[in-house]
Amino acid sequence: MAVSSPPPTSPSSSEPRPQARWLGPLALLAPSGLWLLLLLVLPTLVIFQLSLVPNIRPGDVVNPSGLDNYWLAFNSTNLTVIVRSLSLALGTTAVCLLLGFPVAYWIAILAPRSRRNLLLLGFILPLWTSSLLRTYAWITILRPTGVLNTFLGTFGLPPLELLNTSAAVTIGMSYSFLPYMVLILYSSLEKLDTQLLEASADLGAPPLQTFLKITVPQALPGIAAGSLLVFISSLGDFIDPELLGGASSMTAARLIYNQFLGQTQNWGFGSALSTILILAVSIAIALLLKYGDRDAYRS
Amino acid sequence: MTQSETSLPETPERAEDRADDLPSDELPAMSRPFKLKLSWQAGFTIAMFAFMYLPILVLTAYSLNASPYSANWEGFTWEWYGRLLQDRRVFSALRNSLTVATSSVGISAVLGTLMAVGLARYHFPGKRLFLGVSYLPLIVPDIAIAVATLVFLAAIGFPLSLWTIVAAHVVFCLAYVAIVVSTRLADLDQNLEEAALDLGATPVQAFVQVLLPQLIPGIVSGCLLAFVLSMDDFLISSFTAGAGATTLPMEIFSRIRTGVRPDINALSVVLISASALLAFIAEYWRYRSDSKQ
Repeated sequence: MAVSSPPPTSPSSSEPRPQARWLGPLALLAPSGLWLLLLLVLPTLVIFQLSLVPNIRPGDVVNPSGLDNYWLAFNSTNLTVIVRSLSLALGTTAVCLLLGFPVAYWIAILAPRSRRNLLLLGFILPLWTSSLLRTYAWITILRPTGVLNTFLGTFGLPPLELLNTSAAVTIGMSYSFLPYMVLILYSSLEKLDTQLLEASADLGAPPLQTFLKITVPQALPGIAAGSLLVFISSLGDFIDPELLGGASSMTAARLIYNQFLGQTQNWGFGSALSTILILAVSIAIALLLKYGDRDAYRS
Repeated sequence: MTQSETSLPETPERAEDRADDLPSDELPAMSRPFKLKLSWQAGFTIAMFAFMYLPILVLTAYSLNASPYSANWEGFTWEWYGRLLQDRRVFSALRNSLTVATSSVGISAVLGTLMAVGLARYHFPGKRLFLGVSYLPLIVPDIAIAVATLVFLAAIGFPLSLWTIVAAHVVFCLAYVAIVVSTRLADLDQNLEEAALDLGATPVQAFVQVLLPQLIPGIVSGCLLAFVLSMDDFLISSFTAGAGATTLPMEIFSRIRTGVRPDINALSVVLISASALLAFIAEYWRYRSDSKQ
């Protein structure tokens, strides 16, 4: 579908200019290409180079000398952090899938057709508000004297110590990423062939069997895409673990932050961790592109 | 699950639903079994809606509560909003954020539109790589991009300021503008532009007078999305900010860290209302341009 700017069979008065063939794409793509090269591609290469420098601080001479920073990332303390990040991300993905699927299913299939767009819009509307402030709202809800414990207290129930635990981080991240999950599951379920569901029921299949054998397989690409998106987002999330997790829930993103803006200041190690994070995300994306449904995340 | 049984009463009702859009007409049409079958999924969805809006409601309630440190209602007050109006630091941070967001969205609107058109119209070696790199900021976690930008700027000895935040924000704003514009571009009729060229318009004239007006809705909604994300960004800003270039999320973060604060509640409500308004405008704009097609 390549259309060069002068149409080939044009009888127009403008004489064919040879330079116009590359002038068009160059004028359109050079500005953004240059910007991305300078502020995305080169920086990524620079952190890769820096990740090979052990124990560097701002101002030191850059002298790549090996994989020490990568070994440091996998010592027992830091390995715990990486494992915690992965399990928090997995837990968040599971919660979002469990909570998001019924919502997406109801909006896409059971709700009145003319209300679907409005319902979906209403569900994802909180995404437009500040993510910091939404997390802050969870602090006010979960803190020892917060809304949740006041509520529990009025029913004579014992208070829950949730703030500064992994549970609080999971709640915060699930809240942040649930709309994305619903959005992707919705676009997958919307295409579901409901006649198959009717046929299955007519032939006497119990609802659970219809669900497991027809609905889930058809929605699988959407489930995969939504889960990977939530997994990646929670793996790289900084705000929720930092504000809701307290000292006990150190995650990879917080560890990276501390190497640069925190007390630790070890740029080489931070760069190595960033490189590992980028690699982990790239692997997840490669899996998604290989097995996922490309249409599912077009919206 | 159970929709097979409900589909019988549902189908005629849907036809009615499309014919006239009055919600009152739906109620008598809902037969009793339909309502019953709907119950647990609908109930669950309502609970999830409550979950999504609970934090926003809590903040609103706190911002009007006379005693913000207690979860109990201690009386109504506007005091926190009054204090907010006198908070110089919040206003200077807001000004910085607006400067960053408008500058980076302005640059991205131009670069992103050109990029989307270039990628849609031309084939060249390395196009897939270009496409992949340009959409990286949508997928790679902010922390990794923030770190890379800081390390790079330090490596070339570039002084950090408000404008380095702008430069870093353009990278992700560009991706959002380009992705929205390119979906719009895919629906367009290319014949119009070719007709303009056949009638003697220069490529630049055809671009500005024929293509650009058709792309405006896409550009506007892409820009609104980029604007909201730029205003919301904390990580990339704090890694690329120079001394004194504190943006609103950075200011909020430093205050939240010290604990629950009454002025933040009021600020939250103001900001959430502003972004809800913006979201409404954006969605309305998209809805209107979609229905025009």
